[in-house]
Amino acid sequence: MKKTLSPALMIAGCLASSNVLAADTPELIVYAPDYFGSEWGPGPAIEAGFEALCACDLKFVTGDVMSRLKLEGEGTEADAVIGLTTDQTAAARATGLFAAHGKDLSGLTLPVAWDDDTFVPFNWGETAFVYDKTRLAEPPASFAALLDMSDDVKIVIQDPRSSVSGLALVLWMSEVFGDGTEEAWRKLKPKILTVTPGWSEAYGLFTSGEADMVLSFTTSPAYHIIAEEDETKVAAIFPEGHYFMTELVAKIGATDQPDLADAFLDYVLSDDFQGMIATANWSYPAREFEGALPAVFASLPRPDKTLFLPEAEAEARREPAIATWLKVMSE
Amino acid sequence: MQAPARPMSRALKTGAALAAALVLTLTLGTLGAVLTRAEGFAGLGAADWSALRFTVTQAAVSAALSLLLAIPAARALARRRFPGRGVLITLLGAPFILPVIVAVMGLLAVFGRSGFLNDGLAALGFARVSIYGFAGVVLAHVFFNLPLAVRLLLQGWLDIPAERFRLAAALGFGPGDIARHLEYPMLRARTPGVFVAIFLICLTSFAVALTLGGGPKATTVELAIYQSFRYDFDLGRAAMLAAIQLGLCATAALLAARFTLPSGFGTGLDRPVARWDANGPFLRTQDIAVLILTSLFLLAPLLAVITAGLPRLGSLPAPVWQAALRSLAVAGVSTLAAIAMALPLALASAARSGRRGLETIGMLPLATSSLVTGTGLFLLLRPLANPGDIALAVTVAVNAAMALPFCLRALLPAARELEADYGRLAQSLNLTGLARLRLLTLPRLRRPLGFAAGLTAALSMGDLGVIALFADEDSATLPLQLYRLMGAYRMQDAAGAAVLLLALSLALFWALDRGGRADA
Repeated sequence: MKKTLSPALMIAGCLASSNVLAADTPELIVYAPDYFGSEWGPGPAIEAGFEALCACDLKFVTGDVMSRLKLEGEGTEADAVIGLTTDQTAAARATGLFAAHGKDLSGLTLPVAWDDDTFVPFNWGETAFVYDKTRLAEPPASFAALLDMSDDVKIVIQDPRSSVSGLALVLWMSEVFGDGTEEAWRKLKPKILTVTPGWSEAYGLFTSGEADMVLSFTTSPAYHIIAEEDETKVAAIFPEGHYFMTELVAKIGATDQPDLADAFLDYVLSDDFQGMIATANWSYPAREFEGALPAVFASLPRPDKTLFLPEAEAEARREPAIATWLKVMSE
Repeated sequence: MQAPARPMSRALKTGAALAAALVLTLTLGTLGAVLTRAEGFAGLGAADWSALRFTVTQAAVSAALSLLLAIPAARALARRRFPGRGVLITLLGAPFILPVIVAVMGLLAVFGRSGFLNDGLAALGFARVSIYGFAGVVLAHVFFNLPLAVRLLLQGWLDIPAERFRLAAALGFGPGDIARHLEYPMLRARTPGVFVAIFLICLTSFAVALTLGGGPKATTVELAIYQSFRYDFDLGRAAMLAAIQLGLCATAALLAARFTLPSGFGTGLDRPVARWDANGPFLRTQDIAVLILTSLFLLAPLLAVITAGLPRLGSLPAPVWQAALRSLAVAGVSTLAAIAMALPLALASAARSGRRGLETIGMLPLATSSLVTGTGLFLLLRPLANPGDIALAVTVAVNAAMALPFCLRALLPAARELEADYGRLAQSLNLTGLARLRLLTLPRLRRPLGFAAGLTAALSMGDLGVIALFADEDSATLPLQLYRLMGAYRMQDAAGAAVLLLALSLALFWALDRGGRADA
């Protein structure tokens, strides 16, 4: 902590459990989304795991990663960045800040082919509508069936303009329904109870009983089964396929810690890191191995078909897909 | 803090100028910093205009409705004495200081699809009603802001000297005469400012409008700003939208100032107020009904929040408690900072009657976009310090600035009356400097100061504060931990954290506000 500033900072300094480090310990700065700063996410375990290997200090700087990188440009302090999504990679690549990873990605177990030379996936998941089987006796068997359900069934979704999962939904529907997307939204609209700014608000509305279904992920039920022993939450699996999402890690080209950054990428692909993804991040690890998933997780129903939009395609479709959504929802 | 001497002494001028400069830096300065990084300006699209229309309409309706409902409630509180009145006044203030998402959950437990109201309607054989849409947005904004309006107006009633009511009783005034000669002039002096404050709060609303608005028809300007950052990184567009918000704010504040008339009650001897006019059975029944309805509307959602979270309060994880301590510290420092800015601004503004510049500057933080402020601060401070290291200091500064408009709303009317009633006397006695502050200013402004401090402390507890760019591993505040719990599926723990937050905010508010009104 700095010597200046307020009593608040001093108190915070006392409370912070930062261990004292020798002055010459190298520091690896990794920009990450806010959930890496959370005690209930994978951040702390990753930090401990990597620091045990690297004789360094791994520091997560959490917040809005892309905005910060763009504001800082060449002057960024980051050595690596974790948690970018495929809807950000086009913009991230365009900054020219990132270096090629040089890793062998043949061990990845994603449901899609991944050969990007810059961004390394560390988890993946698929969007899905989650329901409570005690409240929704007859869940839809397909996306088409969802559209045909009674308008009394109420669904909460997220706004594609402020939420990653909300954006995933408009792209998912554009992939499933093609030219019929606008009509599909028109059929879905009366069932949409409301649109929330982020995932948390929507999921809160669902668990509090306000909505019958919520836009979330195929892996969401695993949390309820493992952490709450609650088997009533189920993801509806659609034969039309589910939209693939992955989170990525990449190395900054101008880093002053190239070896550490490189070692961090190796660590991300290691059994240790990949093994904690399931129950810390409630998603699938990018490199699944024997024992990487708890039994409950492994037995979750998985879609037969995965829908994946490569970066350029997702970027091109984003604006028209949001425009279609806006048009129908504002009618 | 600068001690005020004679009207506009050098110390007061310096204090007010410093406060104004800090506010301008946080509002216009940050906007300017963002503008320097903008690459070209696109015009506003149809969607932006429709967002602007929706934003202004819902804000105007919400503010008007809050004010209309607040007048009878504040009057009932002002003229009735009953056991538990102080506690009720504190509790009624609670919705204003709740984090948005918690309040929305509470509201939905009462008015939602499966809330008490709809279950009740269904049990009685009526159709269920949906609150999603324009009505829901207004309902939520009234829920949030009615408490503020009630408190600011109640203060107006309490500031009418007891002697005026004695004179009114001696002249045989009925309730109608009281309303015409005492209450209406007071409202004329207070309501425009209250209206503007609430209008501006609703103007920058984002999560409420979206969650209860039911869809993109309920898009506000703030969401458009967010979108410009998130996907397009179009700083020019974001800055332009933020400038429009600030322009609306300045216009509204200046308009309100034009409609404000001084009440001119003169001084009193601070005797207890007795209301001989309000003892009739009709008025008594009316006040009781108003108070019961207002309490039901404001307290039922709170009760739902408490019921949901109380069982988890004891088993909250340790980081939540650490964050609570950190938030308390932030709230304490923010409060000192806000009062240190608000008092000189209010005194200087009162000393320059007829000039509204300082008052308008003090209202600007209400209309700033937190995203633009955060980004601008980041750009301004990054050359000077590591953003992570100053995260809590920035939180304090932003909290203090955000609370300043409320402090001013509480302090300004009282400061103006102080100046009108005692200014010449103090000057003729050559009462200056610290002596004036100690003997005149602080005792006369004790009530609004206590209220302003309580409000700032509570708001600082509940505010998410900074702003994505300054977060740091070890600086999580209680509201941030609450959101993180929700983000990690732990809705039950989040409900527990919400109760903790509510309890701490209310306790701070009660303690500070109580200190300011020993006689109420």
